[in-house]
This record gives sequence, C-alpha cells and structure tokens, in this order.
Amino acid sequence: MPHIEISTENCKGCGLCIHICPVSAIEFAKEINKLGYHPARYKGDGCTGCTLCFYTCPEPSAITVYRKS
Amino acid sequence: MAKELIKGNEAVIKGALLAGCDAFYGYPITPASEIAHAAAKYFPLAGKPFLQAESEIAAIQMCYGASGGGSRVMTASSGPGLSLKMEGISYSCGSELPIVIVDIMRGGPGLGNIAPEQSDYNQIVKGGGHGNYKVLVLAPNSAQEMCDLTMLAFHLADKYRNPVVVLTDGFTGQMMEPVEFPYPNPGDFKKHHWAAMATPETRDSIINSIYLDPYELQEHNEKLQKKYAEMEKNEVRFEEYMIADAEVVGISYGTVSRVMFTAVDVARNKGIKAGMLRPITLFPFPKDKLIELANFDRVKAFLVSEMSNGQMVDDVRLATHFKKPIYFFGTMGGVVPQVEQLAQEFEKIIKT
Amino acid sequence: MAKDILTKPKAFYDNFHRKPDQNKQDTHYCPGCGHGILHKMIAEAIDDFEIADRTIMISPVGCSVFVYYYFDTGNLQVAHGRAPAVATGYKRTHPEAIVISYQGDGDLAAIGGNNILQAANRGENITFFFVNNAIYGMTGGQMAPTTLLGQKTMTSPYGRKAEREGYPMRVLELLSSLEAPTYLERVALTDAKHLMKARAAVRKAIKTQIDGKGFSLIEVLSACPSGWRMTPTDAVAWISEKMEKTFPVGVYKDVIKDRKPNTWTRMLEKVPFEKYHEILELTGEPMEIEADMSSVLDIYKNPEILIAGFGGQGVLLLGQFLAEAGMRHCWNSSWIPSYGPEMRGGTANCHVKISEKRIGSPIVAKPSILIAMNLPSLDKFEPLLKPGGLLIYNTTMISRAPSRNDIEILPIPATKMADQLESLRVANMVVAGAIQEKTKLFDEIILKDCLNTVVKHKNFIPLNLQAIDKGKEYVENFGK
Ligand SMILES: Cc1ncc(C[n+]2csc(CCOP(=O)(O)OP(=O)(O)O)c2C)c(N)n1
Ligand code: SF4
Ligand SMILES: [Mg+2]
Repeated sequence: MPHIEISTENCKGCGLCIHICPVSAIEFAKEINKLGYHPARYKGDGCTGCTLCFYTCPEPSAITVYRKS
Repeated sequence: MAKELIKGNEAVIKGALLAGCDAFYGYPITPASEIAHAAAKYFPLAGKPFLQAESEIAAIQMCYGASGGGSRVMTASSGPGLSLKMEGISYSCGSELPIVIVDIMRGGPGLGNIAPEQSDYNQIVKGGGHGNYKVLVLAPNSAQEMCDLTMLAFHLADKYRNPVVVLTDGFTGQMMEPVEFPYPNPGDFKKHHWAAMATPETRDSIINSIYLDPYELQEHNEKLQKKYAEMEKNEVRFEEYMIADAEVVGISYGTVSRVMFTAVDVARNKGIKAGMLRPITLFPFPKDKLIELANFDRVKAFLVSEMSNGQMVDDVRLATHFKKPIYFFGTMGGVVPQVEQLAQEFEKIIKT
Repeated sequence: MAKDILTKPKAFYDNFHRKPDQNKQDTHYCPGCGHGILHKMIAEAIDDFEIADRTIMISPVGCSVFVYYYFDTGNLQVAHGRAPAVATGYKRTHPEAIVISYQGDGDLAAIGGNNILQAANRGENITFFFVNNAIYGMTGGQMAPTTLLGQKTMTSPYGRKAEREGYPMRVLELLSSLEAPTYLERVALTDAKHLMKARAAVRKAIKTQIDGKGFSLIEVLSACPSGWRMTPTDAVAWISEKMEKTFPVGVYKDVIKDRKPNTWTRMLEKVPFEKYHEILELTGEPMEIEADMSSVLDIYKNPEILIAGFGGQGVLLLGQFLAEAGMRHCWNSSWIPSYGPEMRGGTANCHVKISEKRIGSPIVAKPSILIAMNLPSLDKFEPLLKPGGLLIYNTTMISRAPSRNDIEILPIPATKMADQLESLRVANMVVAGAIQEKTKLFDEIILKDCLNTVVKHKNFIPLNLQAIDKGKEYVENFGK
C-alpha cells in the first residue's frame, strides 16, 4: 500500500501538504514539535502515492513517499 | 627571451599569457583599452576566453567566477572602472580569490580626462571597497615592468590567494619601450586545489565571504590580517637611485619616478646630493627603508612627487614618523611634473 | 520518474554542516516558503541527471543566500545581483561544468538587471532559476520590481502605484524579445498541475545546459508567507489569484530543437604553452647590431625627438620607426604618443628618446630634434627646441619660415615628395630618410629593416624604402 512518512521534527507546520493532498490523508498533529510547530501527520491510510505532498513540501527531510508498499 | 618594442598596455597581456593567465574579462576605457584589445587578439589564439563584459562591475565578477573555479584570471581598467570594481575587489578579498587587476590611472574625479594621473592611490592602496581588506599593489614604471610585474602579480595572487593590483598611469600604459619577454614556466599552468572546479575531488569546495557569527568573522578577519602581515614581511620591493650619500631623498612611483630619475641627475650636476627611492610595491609600502633613511643624520629632507593631490605622501609621513621635513610636489589633471621642476625642488629644499 | 520511494534527494547534503545552528536537517526558510520547494526540484533533477560532481550552484544575495548550506555540489556565493556575471566567468573557463544560478527578484530584476539581460543576450549556456516572490524577503519585505500594483510592502506602505513606482516588471517577457535565449518559462509553485509543470521545467532547463544548447531561465512564482504576511496556504492562493494575473505562466520561448550544441558550449581548444611565443608573435629574430654613437656628431647623440603633425601624416608611426631603430642598435629607446580625443581632432605628436644611457623621463620637454609636419606644430613646438637643435619642417604644409636663429634648420617638402611617389602617406618616411642622412645616427641596413616591423602591410614596404631614399637624396643635395 502506498503511504507517506512525515518526520515530525523536520516539519515546520506550514500545512501545504495538508492543503494539496487530494484525498485529505494528512492533518495537523495535536502535539508541538521541537521547532515549535504543530507538525503534519499522516492519518494512517488513504495515501494513493501521488507524491504531491513531497513536491509541495519546502523541507528536504520532512516527507518521504512510498509509492508501493 | 624575445625582445620587442611594445606599448606597456600590450606588454601586460603578453606577460599575462606567459604567466599562465586563463581568461580575460574587461570593459573598454581609455587609457587602458589596448590591454583589452591585446587580450581580444591573443587569448583566443591560446584557446582561452576573452569576454567584453557589460560593465566593470560585471567584469570583476566574471573574474570572481573564473578564479573561484581555479583559473588564473585578470581584468584591466582605469579610475572610473575601478570605482565600479570595488564591489568585486572587496568580495574577492573576502573569499580569498586570486585575481590580477590592472589600473591605468587617468585624470579624475568624475569623468575627469584621459591624461595620466596618480589619483587612484587612495582608492587602490587604502581600499576603496568595504571591509578590512588589503590588496597587493605593484607599480611599474616601464614597459618592461608592465610585463614583469604583471607576471609577478599572478604569482603573488596565487601565493596569497588575494587580488593583486598593477597600478600605473596612462603614460606607462601608452609608452612603447623595448621589452624582453621570458619563456613560460610550466609550473605556472597548474590549477588550485581549493577551488570549486566542478570535479568530484573539489565537490566540497566553497567560495564564500559570509561569516554570520561575529566571532567567526573576526577570526576570518584575523586570518586575513596575518596574511597581509606576511605580505608586509616578504613582498616589499623598491628601487634606489643615488641614495648612498643623498641628503635629500625623492620618493615617487610610476611615470613621476622616471622624471625624478632624470631630475636627480640634473640636481647632482649642480652639486646637490639628491637621491631617490621608488616604491615598486605600494602595499606593502617600503616603511622600513624609509625610517632607516629618516634616521640618517645626512638625510635632511624628503621630496615626494605625485600626479595627485598628495596621496602617497601620507604614507611617507607615517613611515618616517615625521622625523624629517617632507616636501610635496604635486600635479593634477594630467599635468606631468617636469624634470626642471623637480630638480629645482631638490635645490630649494637643500638651500632652505 | 517512477521511483518507488521519494525522499530527500542525494544532491542535498545529508547533514547541513555549513548551517551554523544546531538544526542541521531543516532549511533556514520560513514555513511554506517557495524557495524550499524549488530547491527540492533542482536537487532531484541533479540526482536524476547524475551531475552533482560537475555542478556549481551560485548562491545569490536574498533569502537564498545560503543555497550553499544545502547543495552537495561545488558552491560559489556571490554579490547581490552579480550571479549572471560570476556564472559567466565560471562557465567560460569551465565549459564542462553545469552552472546553476539561483536568484531572487530583487537580485535578478533590480540590482542585477543588466547582468541578467546581458548574460541572456550573450546566450550563456547556463541555467537560471529566478524566484519571483514580488518582494524583498530577506531584508524584511520591501518593494521589488515585481511587486504587484496595490501591493503593500515596507517601502510601498500605501500600495504600489504605477504613477509613483512604475508597473511590475515582467522579466520573461523582456528576455523573450532577445534572440539568444533558448528556453524561457514561467511556472508557479501552487497546485498539483502547476507544481508538476514547474518540476518538468526545472528539469528541462538543466537538460538544456547539459546538451549545450544555451541560455535557459525559469521564472518561479513563489510564496513568501512572511513578507506577504499571510498563512502559507493563503500565500499559495494569492499566487494563483493575484500574481498569475500580472505574470501569466507558460512557455515564453523554446527553441531547444533549433539550437546546435557547438555554438553554445564555447569549448576552446587549449594551446600548449610551448607555442606561446609563436602565438604572441615573439619568435621573429629581427636584425640588430651592437652599436655606439661615437661617430655621431655630439648634437645628434642621444637624441630627444618630438614629432608633430596632422593625424594622417604618419607622425606616430615615424616615431615608432625611430624608436624601433634605436632598440635594434641595442640602445635604450622610448616612445610616447599624445593620445585620446586630440588624435580625433586631427593633431598628433609623439616623443621619442634614443639613448646609450638609461632613459629617465620619456617626456621630451626640450627636443634636440623637432619634426614639424604642419604649421600648428611649428607654432607650438619651435620655441621648445634646444639651442643648437635640429628643426626639420615640412615646407609643403608650412609657408612661414622658422623664427629662431639659434638652431639648425632643414626645410623639406616632404608631402610634395611623397605625392611624387603617389602616396601622401609616406611623407613620414621621406622625413626618416632626411633624419638619417642628416644625423648618420643609424646603420642604414638596420634602419631599413625596421620597416618590416612597423609597416603592417608588407606590400607597402618598397614604397616606404623609396621614400626613405628620396629623403636621403634630398638632404645630400640640399644646399649644393
Ligand atoms: C549591494 C547590496 N545592497 C543591498 C543589500 C541588502 N539586501 C540583501 S537581500 C536584498 C533583497 C533580496 O531580495 P530578493 O532578491 O527578492 O530575494 P528574496 O529574499 O526575496 O528571496 C537586499 C536589498 C546587499 N546585500 N547588497
Ligand atoms: S522571508 Fe519569504 S522568501 Fe524569505 S524565507 Fe521567509 S518566506 Fe521564504
Ligand atoms: Mg524576492
């Protein structure tokens, strides 16, 4: 199954991935990370492996997309 | 060795190529244009880039790029162009890039005229750009030295990873004299290991003048100052003439030093013990030699002559700690001091 | 494209070791900043083309000043706006390198406007990424050339007004009017469709350079949430709704197919240094002799010569000829011209010194030999001649007699004599012959050989030789 991994500590909580995700599979986490933001969080399912979150994310290390399982 | 009657400006380019210069970037301006003309002619023949930049600002930045890539590179201009190059000179000093810059001084300020002046001294020697930087400054006074000191400039630029300016006036650039050209030295054709050469080995190289942290920038500056101190220790060059028993010592560089050389002879014929010291490096300045002279009882005074409002004369004052009177004879606007005038000055000084 | 795993590209450093703070994984950019998005696309392309080893990233001045923190490539950090010039200087000495210039709108369109225009016009084989965020991000949100009408910034607090600040500058439209650029496209970092277009454009622009096809520039409409005082998502929406109206996305120029690689790579063939003397025209072994002046009359020894006349009379060349002859006798010699606008005004003069001793001042203040080729020259310089000095004047052009009586005078109709040889231009060599016959300063064979050096077109040498002989003859017969 395609899925994504978000590195909580490398996310600045800009929300662009949440905004772009066509299937709304990403949300803000409740907790605050070391950088002081509510990082993005993968809801756990629904990812189609479209990679849009990867390309809209300004941070090099925040999102990894696994297009197959 | 091969001898040719040649303009100083052209001798610069032949010397540069013989010293392994890889590229020339410039912008036309009288009285330096022949340097660009010669570069445009000879660089392509040697398979090396010549490019007329859109401005002097761009030309020096092109040098920054080429030097950052490990190439020997040069540019040439005159006062108005040097004013624009100050940005690039400061950056090159900060990033420690060897670049050879030739300044064929003309009359200023502003557009001034194209006749020979020496009024870029402060801008070049004291640094017209921002920051605690220094450039080595070589001051040729003959066509032969236009070749030799340009070659030396490449050597020193590499040695210290620092820009070097060849500073002279319109006359030295325009004058034709016999020049003997040496053979190139294969050792001069190597690349620099620290440069970003677009190779796997140099992938980690960075050319940069930013040090955000004040302590780091202080450290960088201290490293630079050490380098400048090394230059002061190793690179002072000057020429003496009739100085062994001189009672009045003339000091001048570039074209004025040629006039003064003859004026010393004229004064000597009148029984005046004149001599002269010609700084060949303006930075580092021959300070030790000057204080040594100032300390001799027999030396009564100094006569500084420049085609400016008196810019080098301040350095003479500092170097001699005001121990002896310093007279100044200056011309401006492109007027060249005459032999008779300087000879008379020597005479006046000795008789007062 | 079909990678199974999309993660941090290898062209980024694993660890941003140059970044001074503790956090070596994240960028220094604000949340939602377009710079980071573009960085990732560039890094991915560098990976895919496997060019990291030969790529040079140029960091500008602006928020992207620290590009070198991130890219595991060669890096040059440069002055504000000068990236195109630095990149040019680099690329021309390293044609094999992939040079990527990354610039903001203040950097590229304002302070460096001319630099990018000229690099584009030269068709440099370099890839430019131009981040248009309609503001100066780094310095705290001032107006940029690309700031939209009505947009409030720190330096346009009431909104940009055309009457006051002019209209937003459309850089791509400007550049697309030039012949040289190969590929120009404007993209926007907004929704899915635009992002994918941007990604494709980034790759295409880099590929253009790899293929040696010339100048490419991608203008990237990019969010600056901090400068715009918006949330990142609002900022992205603002690009779509507002910026794109002024800056329509699309391809503005694409002639990649028509370009031939050779023209744009500017590969130069290096010449071995053993050949340099040949290239520099230093291999000729001109005839010379070691002579002394002992047989020359005292007044002609170590002459200080002033030659003056109209521009077209070959005054400067005559001086060079004599200086060359001096050198060929192993004496010291110097030549300085009057230079600059006065030459265009029609008069010219030069100073020549030939001496057995070292030449101090090359300036001839008091000539021992004066050559006056026209009346103004005689008027101006006659008074300077040393007592006992030699005046040679061109009677074709000078009707009055010299006024001094303490000098030696040689009138010669040089122009007329040249005319008889059917070339007014050899009047100078007529005079040269006269000088030689009068002073016997030079060895004649050597003197004549000097024509081979100073006369550019070899077919004119016989004519010049004739002129010299005529001048000599004239002096021989003078006063007889
Ligand atoms: C010669 C010079 N003038 C001014 C500055 C100050 N300065 C630094 S960045 C900048 C504006 C950069 O804006 P832009 O190129 O749009 O980049 P952004 O930060 O928006 O990405 C200015 C004016 C400078 N560094 N150098
Ligand atoms: S100020 Fe703007 S351009 Fe600069 S990092 Fe922040 S969001 Fe990006
Ligand atoms: Mg900007």
